[in-house]
Amino acid sequence: MSLPSTSIPAVSRLRAATVGDLVAVLLVLGTLVMLAQASRGLMQPLPEPGLGAIDLHPSALPEYALRTSMRMLGAMVLSLVFTFTYATWAAKSRRAEQILIPLLDILQSVPILGFISVTVVFFMSLAPGRLLGAELAAVFAIFTSQAWNMAFSFYQSLRTVPNELAEASRSFRLSPWMRFWKLEAPFATPALIWNMMMSMSGGWFFVVASEAISVGNTIVTLPGIGSYIALAIAHRDLGAIGWAIVAMLIVILIYDQLLFRPLVAWAERFRFEQEAGVMPLRSWVLSTLRRSGLVSWVLSPVAIAWRRTYRRSTQSAKAPTPIGPDRRATDWLDRLWYVTIAAVSLIALWKISAFVLAGVTPGEVGTAMLLGLATMTRVFVLIALASVIWVPAGVWLGLRPGAARIAQPIVQFMAAFPANLLFPLAVSAIVALRLDPDIWLSPLMILGTQWYIVFNVIAGASTIPAELRDIGVNLNVRGWLWWRRIALPAVFPFYVTGAITASGGAWNASIVAEIVSWGDTTLKARGLGSYIAEATEAGDFHRVVLGIAVMSGFVVIINRAFWRPLYAFAERKFRLG
Amino acid sequence: MRKSFRKPDGDELLVLDGVDLSLREGEIVGLLGRSGSGKSTLLRLIAGLSVPVAGSIRYLGQPVTGPPPGIAMVFQSFALFPWLTVLQNVQLGLEALALPPGEIRRRALGAIDLIGLDGFESAYPRELSGGMRQRVGFARALVVHPNILLMDEPFSALDVLTAETLRTDFLDLWSEGQLPLKGVILVSHNIEEAVLMCDRILVLGSNPGRILNEIKIELPHPRARLDPHFRDLVESIYVEMTSQRSTGLAGKRSDRLPGSGLGTILPLVSSNLLAGLLEAIAGSPYNGNADLPVIAASLQMEIDELFPVAETLQMLRFVDVAGGDIRITTEGRQFSDAATDERKRLFAQHLLTHVALSAHIRRVLDERPSHRAPWSRFSDELEDHMSPDAAEQTLRAIVDLGRYAEVFAYDDQAHAFSLDNP
Repeated sequence: MSLPSTSIPAVSRLRAATVGDLVAVLLVLGTLVMLAQASRGLMQPLPEPGLGAIDLHPSALPEYALRTSMRMLGAMVLSLVFTFTYATWAAKSRRAEQILIPLLDILQSVPILGFISVTVVFFMSLAPGRLLGAELAAVFAIFTSQAWNMAFSFYQSLRTVPNELAEASRSFRLSPWMRFWKLEAPFATPALIWNMMMSMSGGWFFVVASEAISVGNTIVTLPGIGSYIALAIAHRDLGAIGWAIVAMLIVILIYDQLLFRPLVAWAERFRFEQEAGVMPLRSWVLSTLRRSGLVSWVLSPVAIAWRRTYRRSTQSAKAPTPIGPDRRATDWLDRLWYVTIAAVSLIALWKISAFVLAGVTPGEVGTAMLLGLATMTRVFVLIALASVIWVPAGVWLGLRPGAARIAQPIVQFMAAFPANLLFPLAVSAIVALRLDPDIWLSPLMILGTQWYIVFNVIAGASTIPAELRDIGVNLNVRGWLWWRRIALPAVFPFYVTGAITASGGAWNASIVAEIVSWGDTTLKARGLGSYIAEATEAGDFHRVVLGIAVMSGFVVIINRAFWRPLYAFAERKFRLG
Repeated sequence: MRKSFRKPDGDELLVLDGVDLSLREGEIVGLLGRSGSGKSTLLRLIAGLSVPVAGSIRYLGQPVTGPPPGIAMVFQSFALFPWLTVLQNVQLGLEALALPPGEIRRRALGAIDLIGLDGFESAYPRELSGGMRQRVGFARALVVHPNILLMDEPFSALDVLTAETLRTDFLDLWSEGQLPLKGVILVSHNIEEAVLMCDRILVLGSNPGRILNEIKIELPHPRARLDPHFRDLVESIYVEMTSQRSTGLAGKRSDRLPGSGLGTILPLVSSNLLAGLLEAIAGSPYNGNADLPVIAASLQMEIDELFPVAETLQMLRFVDVAGGDIRITTEGRQFSDAATDERKRLFAQHLLTHVALSAHIRRVLDERPSHRAPWSRFSDELEDHMSPDAAEQTLRAIVDLGRYAEVFAYDDQAHAFSLDNP
């Protein structure tokens, strides 16, 4: 993997909690409840495609790897379609924006693994062939792990199109269609591609988790690396797990070389500001494509046809667009809009409470909250531990360009690697050494997400200006003083960005990390993650929804009350330049 | 026409008032004014990029409700699309006209040729120097064969030599009749540039923006900057622009001077520049009395940079600006002769006496037992008189002056004024 050395903050919009957020929470949970209710009636034991369909022989792995990557690709295409429509709509319509953006914000905080179970049943009831339904559910699960941050980044780009370019395109009377493809989409491209890579990294984790899912009596197994691993775990086959890890490594490498490297190199031209000293990335694939006569021969008719759409769009939109809407005319529409939102929210609230309370006692809500506290403690302790280890290491690497060049791709690769493949190894170790699972299962939560801290710190340290380091040497600033006055402040904003991503990822991972099995041994750490996982296993949708609601609540509140203020503080005080 | 922005509390803030302007065939009209005079706002109204609150803009007899065809614009910051090549940038406006591809290419290459960009067709803007970028800006505007060309300070982002080359190249093409234009409107804050290029100059005043005067320039092209007639015109416009504050206001001298009320918008001026200009005027060759165009040229300052400094000094009674001259006062000379501590003492005294806002902040801090007051305490008050942006700028300016004078302190983390003296 190769990301640009400057990172785009994951949470760059700092918005106070608003009524919109509340509405968004209700809408998300309401939809979930509806899905759960709809699927409950449809739940029936399916004639299993069965675990037997998976072959543990390594020769079967290439096909599984291909299927798994196709699922990823399918989800990525869906995410792009979603991004272009949803984010554009939010950016262009004031009314839509009021709902869509808080909704996106909440969706980002919902633990995706928690609702795979709900959606699996729903999709299987939709599709006639059961495998197709399961495929759809898996693709949808990956989609939900990829789409939100991409849409967010695109929306932000659309809202921050440089004013002079916007004026120029209006003054030259570009049609909306032309304006989108000539100005808005190119401007948003670098950030979008960066977010696509982030999404892809996260996605491997979920594709592995979503291929072998059991909901109540239904066990769904899709041919793919994830199912291969599940079977290997059930059979305690360490050799097969080793093969799967190798296959995964190769798949990620191929994706990087064939897809993302060319994309990033290509997106260089869309950078609005060219930072001095940043070497533009090169990709052999892109260079080959650019030099190839065949490619340009194939592409030129496409380009001509594309240009024709511009002409058609300008011909159909001859009248100049009036500026500024008439205020009074929109006032009553506004009122209607708000009333509708309020009504939908109330119905959602009523549905959610009815659904949850029908299956669980109010006391159970308290239990879920306590378990949430346990998981929260784990997340914070682990982030703190990872920071103590990785911040100094990251700074050390970042200050040595040679080392950073080698370390950066490795770290990014580690972030993409689905850490859940390594869980069985940890379990066998814990069992062998008779350790307390409440403590020793915890590190698994952060296994995959700690890398976000590392590479952000490396990026931060490498941006410390040479003058600042020189003056440190010049004034003989050394030891702890050097860390306190130069290194830590300089990497702080980058560190916070990384820590936010890592913490969000850790919450999500808790659902698979707090309860892990190896053959017929199952280890469990008490926490909200294992609560959701157990409810899923039992097909108890009431508890699943309760667990997801509580976890989303925790994540949203921690983000609002802790990470965002910290991020704002870091941006204000320590951002260099 | 009038233009106003709606303030958050529903009041309207007037940016332009009673502006009446018409462009005749074959002339270059200059809109000359300082920042805040609404000259760019006026240009955007003409371009159809925003709409007037009252009054109307007509182009060929039709009211302008959106960007009309036949009006093209050249931007101060070039506004080139960085992901398009020179050729693609120039073709953009033609593609929006839905012309046939062959015609688009032919006209774009023609415009590139005309403006001296031959050989750079496939370059990306980031590969070009500022001057070449602005040439692309010109080619992109001219290629759509506009009747009117609007120029928003097109040369101000360029270095002196490049700007001059571009100006003369443009004027050559214009006077040879090679440009497909009927008229040009140029926004500028550079007096010499306006005199060099325009047939008619409208001098704009600020708060709200309005036309103060109209000056016809009848010098033949090409104009020479050192020509005595040229110098006279420049001088007279300097006089015009420095005496503008006294035109509308009558009464005692103190009423006419800025800084007297809380509603005055203060410019952001570094205290280094204040001391620097005072020293420059006090020293030779000016010996206390300088001609504004002369000192502007020798310090290489544009009027947008020089006037705020001069005005702040005048507000503090360290200089007197009148009739295109800047004269040092007795206190100003004292300041320029003094050492740091004495300077600060004198500065603080003048700041508290002559700038109402600083005295006000100081009084509030003195009265409060904690000797602290938040930023919003004063910004809210200022926003009764001015736009939020202007209030922010005014407070930033007073923070800087107050810090230099050590009359109060400001903590940017806590957003609070205080009397702390670390």
